[in-house]
Amino acid sequence: MTHPIIAANNVSKTLGNGATQVQALKHVDLSLNGGGLTMLMGPSGSGKTTLLSVLGGMLTPSEGTVLIGGASTEGASPDRLAEIRRSHIGFVFQTFHLFPTLTAAENVQLALDIRGERGAAARFKARQALTRVDLVHRAAAFPRELSGGEQQRVAIARAIVAEPAAILADEPTAALDSVNGQAIMTILSAIAQEPDRAVLVVTHDARLAALADRLLRIEDGRLLPETAPASNVYRIRGSA
Amino acid sequence: MALVATLASRNLLHDRLRFVATLIGIVFSVVLVMVQMGLYLGFGRMVTTMIDHAPADLWVVARGAKSFEDLSLLDAQVGNRLLSIGGVAGVTPVVIGFSGWRLPSGGMTPVFVVGSNVTPDGLRPWNVVAGSVEALAGSDAVAVDKTYYDRLGVTGIGGRTEIRGRPAEVAAVTDGVRSFTTTPYVFADLDNARAYIGLPANKVSHFLVRLKAGADIRHVQNDIHSALPDVDALTPAQFGQRSRSFWLFGTGAGAALFAGALLGVIVGTVVVAQTLYSSTKDHLYEFATLRAIGCSRSYVYTVIVLQALISAVLGFAVAAVIGFAVVAATANSSLPIVITPALLAALLLLTVGMCVGSAFAAISRVVRLDPAMVMAR
Repeated sequence: MTHPIIAANNVSKTLGNGATQVQALKHVDLSLNGGGLTMLMGPSGSGKTTLLSVLGGMLTPSEGTVLIGGASTEGASPDRLAEIRRSHIGFVFQTFHLFPTLTAAENVQLALDIRGERGAAARFKARQALTRVDLVHRAAAFPRELSGGEQQRVAIARAIVAEPAAILADEPTAALDSVNGQAIMTILSAIAQEPDRAVLVVTHDARLAALADRLLRIEDGRLLPETAPASNVYRIRGSA
Repeated sequence: MALVATLASRNLLHDRLRFVATLIGIVFSVVLVMVQMGLYLGFGRMVTTMIDHAPADLWVVARGAKSFEDLSLLDAQVGNRLLSIGGVAGVTPVVIGFSGWRLPSGGMTPVFVVGSNVTPDGLRPWNVVAGSVEALAGSDAVAVDKTYYDRLGVTGIGGRTEIRGRPAEVAAVTDGVRSFTTTPYVFADLDNARAYIGLPANKVSHFLVRLKAGADIRHVQNDIHSALPDVDALTPAQFGQRSRSFWLFGTGAGAALFAGALLGVIVGTVVVAQTLYSSTKDHLYEFATLRAIGCSRSYVYTVIVLQALISAVLGFAVAAVIGFAVVAATANSSLPIVITPALLAALLLLTVGMCVGSAFAAISRVVRLDPAMVMAR
């Protein structure tokens, strides 16, 4: 039996303190394995982004454990968490977060540079990644010269260029029109079909649910029982 | 270029106005330090110019004499005592003192008279551009520097005047033999100089001592100190150091120069720190994104430190050009600014250190970054 790429066991997360304290996640159990697009949906404030942050090792759980590529985030230092993210995860953000002073190719190459991959091989990989998102012809363009959809494709190329086991996307279509949004989801769906790669997309757009191989819903910090057919191994535990 | 360097340089150029302000701050700071330290070096050289040009293995001066310009006197007999010490090959007296030079208008201007033998063993004028040193052996003959023509009211060889009421005629002209006190040097034969200063024949200011080949200089120094407890026997390096210590630190001039240099460093550090910090704040989400995608802290620090280094190198390059222009502009002044390769290297190190040190404020801001902030935006 293969280990899940990301596993969350009985995870709770409290944000803030004092009067502003909020329990953003409540006893969440979740496993993500390779192959298939997993979509996490829920209303604003339901805990989607917090769950994504915890699963991506940006936040550590207040309770429970998260294993990323078999490595626990419990008690990990910020540097160790960065190392775990670098080794296992590619991120796609709602507002792209590209570097405005770097070209599209350099933005993609940056994800390799921080892993110590440099030179001609890195440039080749970056162009390959841009080819996969059908944007190699804009490799020399700066983000300000690209449309929103193109910028998000660069961000996806940056997320996949180092071949991480998991791609975590936070509302990747929220800043795009429906045509570009659909194109981005199609690209993510294609990437998700690779057997050794888990893709988790957080969205509040119900129209995208049809693209999901596995659909998770979250409300008030709790995962709800799954309602869509799923091809992945997963468990839901601890929901209300 | 490595991508991290590309990122750093483009971050700097992203806001050109701020980058220019940073460079101006660095240039101002480095030029200020350069000028202060250049003045220090120039002053140090000017202070020892007579010592550096004298053909002496040892200077024998009145005990505790602080510099070449110290007007303490020795008995002329000391010269004979020195000649009797083993290892001493020759002794040449030098007399110095202030006097009054009569101007064509009838007024007087102060001069600093230096008298010695006009033979090669004496303290003779150098950089002679008109007339000759040998001509100083003539009656009433003096040498002046052409820089002081206007001050002295002469126009060259043959110029006549009176010094302390005695006739004097310009028989040799030098170029670049200037005094840091701005009082013109007037060279003369020993006897003429004594008359110009009003010094009795049995008095001498300093002795230039030449040693026999193979003589142990320390041994001779010890013997002189044993035989003549009222004198100091100093190597040119020791006398030069003593003179610099007196003029630069005994008078407070050196402390003032160092204070100016320190001010430059403080101004530069504050300017660079402020601009780097605000640049980092502007790029905070980019640094957070770097951390979010798994970048190590050292990589982020490298970006910031490289920004500081690029600023340092460019700022230093501009400052060096200005510095050399200042050197050229002051080359013929009474106190030229001197920039040596060692000073330049030290300033480059200082600039880099100042800029990299300034980066710590920006780094401290990034250290506290929460990578999850990129998810909320």
